[in-house]
Parts: sequence; structure tokens; C-alpha cells
Amino acid sequence: MRWLMQLRMRIQILFRRGQAGARLDEELRFHLEQQIAENIAAGMSAEEARYAGLRSFGNPALLREQARATWSWTWLELLWRDVCYGMRSLKRSPGFSSIAILVMALGIGANVAMFTVVRSVLLKPLPFQEPDRLVRVFEHTNEEFSFNIVAGGVYDEWRKQSHSFSDLALLGEAQFNLTGDGGQLPEIVHGTDCTWNLFSTLGVKPALGRDFTAADDQRSANGTVVLSWGLWKRRFGGDPAILNQTIHLNTLNYTVIGVMPPWFVYPDAATQLWTPVYHDKPAQTMSSLQDHEFPVIGRLNPGVTAAQGSAELTVLVRRLHDQHRNLALISTAAAVSPLFEDIVGGVRKPLYVLLAATGCVLLIACLNLANLLVARAAARRKELAIRAALGVGRLRLLRERLMESFLLSAAGGTLGLLLAYGAVQWLVHTRQDMSRVEAIHIDGVVALFTVGLVVLCALFTGLIASGTGRDKELLASLQDSARGSRGGQAHTGLRRSLLAVEVGLTVVLLIAAGLLLKSYARLRSSDMGCDTENVLTMRLDLFGRRYGKPAQLVNFYTTLLEQVRAVPGVEAAGFVQAVPGQGYWGDNGFTIAEHPPLPQAQAQYAIFRYADPGYFAAMRIPILRGRSFQPDLKLDQAREVVVSKAFADTYFPGENPLGKHLRSGVTDVYTIVGVVGDTRYAVSEDPRPMQYYPLFEGAGVENNGTLVIRSSHDVEQLALPVQRIVQELDHDLPVSDVLTMDQLLGKSTLDTSFDATLLTAFAALSLLLAGVGLFGVLSYIVAQRTSEIGIRMALGAQREQVLWQVLLEGLRPALFGLAFGLAASVGAARLIRSMLYGTRPLDPAVFAAVAVALLLVAGLACMVPAWQASRLDPMRALRTE
Amino acid sequence: MGKPNDLVQGTLDLLILRTLSPQPMHGWAIAKRIQLLSSEVLQVQQGSLYPALHRLEQQGWIEAKWAESETGRQAKFYSLTAAGRGQLEKETANWNRLSSAINLIVAEA
Repeated sequence: MRWLMQLRMRIQILFRRGQAGARLDEELRFHLEQQIAENIAAGMSAEEARYAGLRSFGNPALLREQARATWSWTWLELLWRDVCYGMRSLKRSPGFSSIAILVMALGIGANVAMFTVVRSVLLKPLPFQEPDRLVRVFEHTNEEFSFNIVAGGVYDEWRKQSHSFSDLALLGEAQFNLTGDGGQLPEIVHGTDCTWNLFSTLGVKPALGRDFTAADDQRSANGTVVLSWGLWKRRFGGDPAILNQTIHLNTLNYTVIGVMPPWFVYPDAATQLWTPVYHDKPAQTMSSLQDHEFPVIGRLNPGVTAAQGSAELTVLVRRLHDQHRNLALISTAAAVSPLFEDIVGGVRKPLYVLLAATGCVLLIACLNLANLLVARAAARRKELAIRAALGVGRLRLLRERLMESFLLSAAGGTLGLLLAYGAVQWLVHTRQDMSRVEAIHIDGVVALFTVGLVVLCALFTGLIASGTGRDKELLASLQDSARGSRGGQAHTGLRRSLLAVEVGLTVVLLIAAGLLLKSYARLRSSDMGCDTENVLTMRLDLFGRRYGKPAQLVNFYTTLLEQVRAVPGVEAAGFVQAVPGQGYWGDNGFTIAEHPPLPQAQAQYAIFRYADPGYFAAMRIPILRGRSFQPDLKLDQAREVVVSKAFADTYFPGENPLGKHLRSGVTDVYTIVGVVGDTRYAVSEDPRPMQYYPLFEGAGVENNGTLVIRSSHDVEQLALPVQRIVQELDHDLPVSDVLTMDQLLGKSTLDTSFDATLLTAFAALSLLLAGVGLFGVLSYIVAQRTSEIGIRMALGAQREQVLWQVLLEGLRPALFGLAFGLAASVGAARLIRSMLYGTRPLDPAVFAAVAVALLLVAGLACMVPAWQASRLDPMRALRTE
Repeated sequence: MGKPNDLVQGTLDLLILRTLSPQPMHGWAIAKRIQLLSSEVLQVQQGSLYPALHRLEQQGWIEAKWAESETGRQAKFYSLTAAGRGQLEKETANWNRLSSAINLIVAEA
């Protein structure tokens, strides 16, 4: 029962504190009145009785305090009083407070945002069943392709023979032209061809309808498709009646059997539907041992390690290799790595680097805030000393100071959380290409992280700032006259070291940013081998019955190019499977008819492209020898091939390749008619040997590719007229990825530019903070030493001397910081080596530029107070106190 | 009077509980009563009395009620709770033990 009463008391005293206070006053007043009444009864006059009563009553304020001290929640009351006190003192200097809050908000916000990303992408497990058992399986083909995708025949063998895996699933990228019955717009959707067991291997079930069965996954089965939640909502209005309906993919019929849950994303966020691969792909592709076409994932049996799985698969593929000695491109080994690694491996380092950078920014922000607080403390030394002398407890003073930094951090943290929310939204929007971007959310753990960060920052800054106010200095501060310039020597010493650390961290950030920027510049200026200005590209996919025969394809391409070239403003146009920077696409094996046959188990292969005769001119890829294809040679007569310079150098060293013959496949023989300049298939990859086959050959030509259009200016204006031509030729033919060459290359270097931009922003912020810090400290020192400088000048010191002296005083911590930062950068640069392109980690230009930039900013920040000091009027300076 | 030491404080609690055991009383009356019963030897200062009363109330040994006093004015009357009675017994026993022990030592010396 007693605890119930205590609880009641606690609640009363918590929520009716004002009332309880009034009651206490009333109780004490009653006591006093009783005393006075007694005094009167004893024969005193009213006034006398009152005075006597008050005298014996003692100090009513103290009495009240003492009684209140016994109440529960007193700690809360004191805390609240500290908060009020802190708020008041911060309100008195709104400029300082808002700057401090903003600095903390930027620091905390950046950290919270990066933490959210790192946690969602790198720390959370994959949202699949028992994700630890999921692995990605590779073929080790040769040194060049040591983590190769898998050939259909090898997959088949693995799945049938292996015992380490509970299941293996194969998948491949696919593009579908999605057309509707009711005159809906055609649309290119990214999809995935997969074996029927993909979802069950991952341990995921469709949200609606059913999973694929083995019966669906056959060439002879009816087409079936599982939709992503997003596609279902967007294109089919989220209507469950879509199940068992038929949709047209590449003009073929597919029955919708299921819809995946909204959170399900695999293999990437662009995937909008899944279809069975054995139904879609020809049996020949699926049984080939040499066509490495498909990513394969697997689920290890419980207790089986990745290494054991890898060893077993190696044995199986090695056996295939040995059985087919005549086939050169069968792999010799397998490699297995965790699926999680496969998905996030590429983004781990950049994300951790950015997280480290935001950590540095926060540290700098804290140091700056500590600096500002030290300055405030120094300005309030006398006040604090007087209060300490009057008996205010040291703990209480410390608590007040901590409360101030806590309030600043908390306000900064709140604002920072908002900033982080915005930043995360922006990031998710701009980086749709990043792995697991769909998993990024701000949640309770992130909020907790923010609170933790706020407390940490508050303690860090508060303790640094109050660590300076030593007790023994109490008397000294009271005696300290402004003229005794030693005033805040301990404070300035600490502030200088804080500044040096700040500058050092800034240098590290600047150098990392500089290296990434240089990499990016290198990347963007890498020679693509063609003229990228004023070129528009768009992708076309010709599917279905209308283009089933080679002649139909050739006819379409010929008409299209003729009409496009006739559009006013078009200088040149061409068609190719993939333009430079658009990716590797494919290679094929070949032999040279004039050369002796290759030894067994050896193969030559090079990237191949289909191109129309006008492509080289349209892209301004130089023709070094010979000529392009003859435009009037079509179908079976088009037996010409153009090779790149790297191809000629590799396979015809010291020979004239023109007139030689390439044998591709089994029977087809092509005459080399030209050698063209090298192009890069990816911005960051060196050119590789490339062979161009005539588009007008028709047979075997991939029925998709990129249309390129060159104009003398404003090439983007041509997009609509060209799209209209395509639409008129075939109204079911969608056009996708309409991009200028520059946009296309920009997109492919997005992550480098993203990392570089963010890091540069962080570095610039730090530089600004460091500059402001330097300026603040030096201004403070100058203000403290006004009278000293006045005396020096009165004694005959030259203004230049004063200027130099102050300047050097300010620059010293900057120089220390620079030295320390440069040393630390050597280590940091090595860590980010893998993110660099064409830039050495110890790039002297970057190091020098950073040093110069830092000295400039530091010089500028110090120049202002130094100049002010040198302009002091000695008379006025001496009169200041 | 500054902060009362432990002995005084503990004793004051006992005195208050004992004074309240027959009937509810307000603070002034408690002080007077202690003074009277101790033949003017023990003078309880307000600075000790009220913090002690509030502490006892917080601990649930006593409870308070506002009621009309003998002069017709509203006053805060304290009374023992059931738990308070138990505590009084405990503290009385404690005090008896302690005081007889001290007496033994003082008499011996």
C-alpha cells in the first residue's frame, strides 16, 4: 500500500508542482501567522509581534528551498532550470547560437544521412530467406575472365550433379516490348529471364497468384510472366483481375501468373517482370558450354561453406572441360561468393569513404563549436569566477556549460535530422542505379543514432570547452586585469591545437576530394575514339513476327536510315548495336583464314558489333585504312568486315589486314575491307580489339541497337521528328533512352561524379569552417591583446612588424595542421586507391594545389585580424580599459 | 541551522511520528507539542521541521489533508498512515536500543 501512496505523491508532485508550491507557501504563512498571533497573545504590539515572528521564522526563501528539496523530481526541476538558463544565455547571443546550430545541423545531418545509407545498404541483411546461404556462382574461364557469367550447359550440369546446393537458379537480362490490346502505348520494360526456381531459391513467394513451375520453364510451354508490384500498379492499375490474363511481350502471348511483393527487388530495381528462361531462349543457347551468358545464384545446403560449394562445382566444370577438348572456351574452375558481396561489393568502399568524410566534417564542426564555446567561456571568465567565489558548486557550473553545448547540439540534431531526410530523399532519387537503393529508409534506429550523436557531440564539445576552466585559475581570473595580457593564455593554447586538428582534417578531406575530382576529370576527358559533340542516340528494339525474316529487318533499317537522313538538320545518321560507352555487349570467336589453324583448346575472340555503312562517318570514327561497308551489298552478299586498329595490331602484327578473311562461326567467311580507329566500350576501360559486321547482312543480326544522329547544332531538337519517323514506320515500336552522347557518357560516370561532388562539398564545408575558426581565434587573440599591442606601438613598434607578428601567430596552427594533414593524407589516399582512375594516390599536383588553397584561405582568414591589429590607434588602445 | 546531521534527522522523524500518533496536527502544532512535551528542551526549527514533514509525506509515512484549524483558517493537517505506524514502532524500538546502549557507555564512563 505504501508504494501506492508514494506513487500518488510522485504523480501529484510532478503534475501539480505549481499547486504544491503554492500550498507550501500557504503552509509556511500559516506557521508565521500562528507565531505572530502567539506573540500578540504574549502582549507584544502588532508590529513588534510581526518582526519577532519573522526573526524567529528565519529566511523564508531558504526554508522553502529546503522543503522543496525533499520532493521527488527535484532533479527534473533542476534540469529544467538549467535548460531555461541555457536557453536564456543562448538567446542573448543569437548570432553565435544560430551559427553554432547551423554548423552542428550540417555536421549531424550529413552523418545521419550517410549512416542511413550505410546501414540500409551495407549493414542490413538481404530481405531473403536465410540470406547467409545465398551465393553467386561464377565460372573461371581464363585469366581475363576469372569471374565470368555462366553458360547454359554448364549450369545444367551443375544443377543436375551438385550436392552442395539445395538449388541453383539462372537468370539473364532481357528487354521486352510491352504492347497492349486496347491501343495502349508500347513500352520497353526491363525484365529478367530466369529459371523457374529463382523465387524459391531466394525463398520469396509472389504476393498474388503463383510461382513458376518446372512445367512453365520449357520451350514448348505457354508463355508465363510474373509482374513486379510497381509495374502491376502502374500499368495495370493494381487490378487483381490481371491474373490469368494475356499480355504481349515482343508481340508474343504471355499469361500473367503472379505479382511479386512491393519490397522484392532482384536482380536490380529496373527489373519489372520475370519470364521463364527455357521458354524464351533457344535450346541451343541453353545447352551451350561456351556461351557465357547468364548470372547464376545458388542456395548452399545447411552447413556447406562457399569454398566447399566452389570446389564441387570446379570438379564438375573441369570434367566438362576435359570431355570437350576441342572446345576452347569451356571454363576450368568455378568461383562462389556470398550474394550479399555480389550485390553491395561495388558500393562498399565509396560509401564508407563518404561516411568517413562526414565523420570528419562532424569532428570539425564539433571542434569549431568547442572553439566558439571556449571563446565564450573566456569572455565570461570573470562572471564565472565571481559566481564560483560566491559558492556556486563546480559541478553546477560544469552542468550549465554542458547544458549549453547540449542545447546547441540538440537543436542542431533536430535540424540535422530534417536535412538528412531531405538528403536521403535526394540521394534515392538521383542514385536509382545504386545497389539496394530501394532499401534506404530513415527509421527508429536512425533516430536513435541521431540522439546518440547529439549526446556525443554535446559531451565532446562541452568537455573540451570546460576542460580549460581550472579551479586554481579562479583567483588569477579575478586578479587578471585586461592589461596582463596572459589573460586567456591557456584558452588560446587549447584553441590553437583545436585549430591545428581542424586544419589537418580539412587537408585530408581536400586531398581526397581533389584526387576524386581529378579521376573524374580524367574519366570524362578519356578519348572515346569518336566525336561526341552534337550526337543524339536512341535505342530501338525490333521484335516479333514483323521482323522475323532477315530481309524484313534489312528493309526496315534501310528505310529508317534513309528517312532520318532526309530530316532537315541531320548531318549524318547511322545504326550500331552499341555506341562507345554503352557497354561490352558481346564478343565472338573467330579464326583468320590466311593464318595457320589455332592449336587445339585455344581461341581468339574479340568484341563484335553490327553497324550500317554510314555509322563510322556519323560517329566520326576515323577510317585508317580501306573503306566502310558497301551500302548496296545486302543479305548474303554482305560478307565484309571492318576491324579496329587494336584488332589489326593484335592479330595482324606487321601485316596488311585488308583483303584477309575472318571465319566467324562455322562457315561464314568475311573479307576485311577496312581498319577504323579504336573506341572505348566503357569510359574507364582501355580500347579492346573490335570487329564490325554489316548490319545489312540481316541474318543473325541482333534486332536491337542504337540509332545515332549527328547535327551541326542543337541536336536534341531532332529527337521528336526522328521519333515520329519511327512511329510511322511501326506504331508498336517503342524508342527508349533518348540521350545525347554527352548525357550517355555522363550517366555512365555518374557514380564517380557523385562521389567526387559529395566529397568536394564536404571538403569545401570543412575549409570554410577551418577558415572561420582561424579568423575567430585570431580576432579573439587580437582583441585580448589590444592594450599590449597599443603599448608596443607606443614604444615604437612598426605597423608592419605588428602585422607580421599577428599573421604568423595565426598561421602557425594552420601550418602545423597542414603538415599533419599532408602526412595523414598519404595514408588516406592509399585507402581510396581503388576509387581512382588515371590518378596516382600521391598525385603531386593535387597535394600542391590543396596546400596552396589551404594557405590562401588561412592567409586570408588571418589577414583581416592582423590588418586590424596593425591599424590600431595606440592612444585609443591604451585607453580601452 | 544548516543541514541536520543523521542522528538529529533520524530523531526528528521519530519525534514527529510519535507526536502525530494520537491525532492529526498541523506543522505549528507539532513544533509546539514537541516543545511542550520535552519541557521546552527541544526547540524544533522551521528549517528542519518542514523539510522533515515533506520528506515523511513523500515516503508515505504520513499523509496530509487541508482542514479548518482552531482559528478558522485553512491549515495543512498531517496524520500517520498505516505504514507510518509500523515505521513508528520500528523507530521506537531502534531508539530504545540505541539510547540504552549510549546510556550504558555514558554510565560506565
